[in-house]
Amino acid sequence: MVERRYELAFELYPYRQVPDQAAEAPVRHPVVIVGGGPVGLATALDLGRRGVPVVVLDDNEGAGLGSRAICFSKRTLEICDRLGAAEPMVGKGVVWNVGKVFHEDRLLYEFNLLPEGGHALPAFVNLQQPWFEKFLHDAIQKARSGGAQIEIRGRNRVDAVRPAADHVALEIATPDGPYKLEAEWLIACDGARSPLRGMLGLAFDGRVFEDNFLIADVKMTADFPTERWFWFEPHFKSGDSALLHKQPDGIWRIDFQLGWNIDRKAELEPARIRARVDAMLGPGVEYELDWCSIYTFQCRRMEHFRHGRVLFAGDAAHQVSPFGARGANSGMQDADNLGWKLALVLEGTAPDSLLDSYDAERVQGAEENILNSTRATDFITPKSPVSKLFRNAVLDLAGDLPFARVLVNSGRLSLPCIYDGSRLNGPDHPAMPARSRPGAVCPDAALSEGWLLRSLSDGFTLLTLDAEAPEEMEAHGVRMKRLALTAKGNEPLRERYLGGAAGAVYLIRPDQHVAARWDAFDGSAVRAAVARAIGKE
Amino acid sequence: MLITTPNLGNADEAYARLIAAHDGLSEEASHAMNARLVLILMNHIGNAAVLAEALRLARPKADQPI
Repeated sequence: MVERRYELAFELYPYRQVPDQAAEAPVRHPVVIVGGGPVGLATALDLGRRGVPVVVLDDNEGAGLGSRAICFSKRTLEICDRLGAAEPMVGKGVVWNVGKVFHEDRLLYEFNLLPEGGHALPAFVNLQQPWFEKFLHDAIQKARSGGAQIEIRGRNRVDAVRPAADHVALEIATPDGPYKLEAEWLIACDGARSPLRGMLGLAFDGRVFEDNFLIADVKMTADFPTERWFWFEPHFKSGDSALLHKQPDGIWRIDFQLGWNIDRKAELEPARIRARVDAMLGPGVEYELDWCSIYTFQCRRMEHFRHGRVLFAGDAAHQVSPFGARGANSGMQDADNLGWKLALVLEGTAPDSLLDSYDAERVQGAEENILNSTRATDFITPKSPVSKLFRNAVLDLAGDLPFARVLVNSGRLSLPCIYDGSRLNGPDHPAMPARSRPGAVCPDAALSEGWLLRSLSDGFTLLTLDAEAPEEMEAHGVRMKRLALTAKGNEPLRERYLGGAAGAVYLIRPDQHVAARWDAFDGSAVRAAVARAIGKE
Repeated sequence: MLITTPNLGNADEAYARLIAAHDGLSEEASHAMNARLVLILMNHIGNAAVLAEALRLARPKADQPI
């Protein structure tokens, strides 16, 4: 039997029998993804759109109940935009820019994320995770009707996994009994507890920071502003920190940090939760409890995300504290990084060693997230009396002195990793701006028509700014299209891409990261950079 | 002039190093270390007006000398 481990917010892929279950010999698929959460769905969508047939296995039948990951970053939205899923996310999501930071009941300062102009998408939207998953699933259905082969099998639970030289064998439980399946490549997106990681006997190490968060989603009509409010040592005495955030549908998310030694069952008593919420909101505020949960985190990661033909992504590969919204957002960057590489390997254009760069680049991303998340955790919950002394000194000074404000760390909000030092990176040019150097995500910019990121192709792009290059080009089996722009009269474009150079040629990867750049087109240099970017060097 | 605007290249990194420098010390040893650190940095600054301004800003507000 396949038990339903949790309730659903949306049923998206109800169990159905498939011919594979009756096959005499196990059917082999190019790619099997385990887990239908945000990372599994995004990876399936990316691969499907690239022409790779994908089977997704999930032990439930849709998006689980509960808001969970709610803060989706600009980079996540850009990835979803490339996949055709961002529009409804931005439409339903709550856009916020202002944050306030309190110590006890004292407002220390407020900040404004005020995104610089010339970006199609906002810095952040708040959206309940089930909606995020539903919109990805809607985009999958749309891609399917356009011919993408993406099959999602609900209530299919992987019970055994056996890696072999040229495939991975799976045993799967269903409501109609077990069956076997083979995958040329297996992608594990099965969450923080990753049963696959356990079945393969792989370690999940790290500095163990453990804490419990009580998440209370409350529905209220009270007129709170659309801002992020963060408290150090809140005056309502709930613990080390608390966070108030707005979600769609009149729901407010409150995160109370409770500490490690708690009685989970007692803390989840509705009366106890209401007492905490009452203390926070003050008297006379009417609300309903919509959803509550206790969330435990650790900061840790797998040593490697690639194990032969098994690739780990999202929470299965790495976990961080919630400060900074680096969980789901980093998982989406995993999906973004893996899709094009696996597609090139499957079509025989790139050697399978290209997948080692997935491991290297995303381990680098995970390290950066764990470092930031660890520092925020140390600041919010100081580990020694002297650490607390300094922390409170910073908070004391932050009201008046700007330098102390930048030391206040309630979580550094998720930004995409820049793959400095990646072996896929080609030449840089010293006169061009650091923000768009090889390894970085292309900064968006407004064009005379539309947006820069939306003008990039699904494959490699040759972006030229006031420089010549062929309209199309092929190198090492990779076809590239040119995007020809001029920075004349477009100052943001000049600032983001040209700097001191008069013209520029950028080689851009399918995941919108810069691979290499020059001040003029040189065919043999571009061919060499393509070879490098697909792991052929 | 005392600088009160951000002046550390990587503030998070600098702060983490400061906290890590106290790892394993008793509270008393940490206070002693802080005192030595202040003296070392005072000498580095060397400017009496800057130091006077820093001392004024660091002193508790409710407890300022008249």
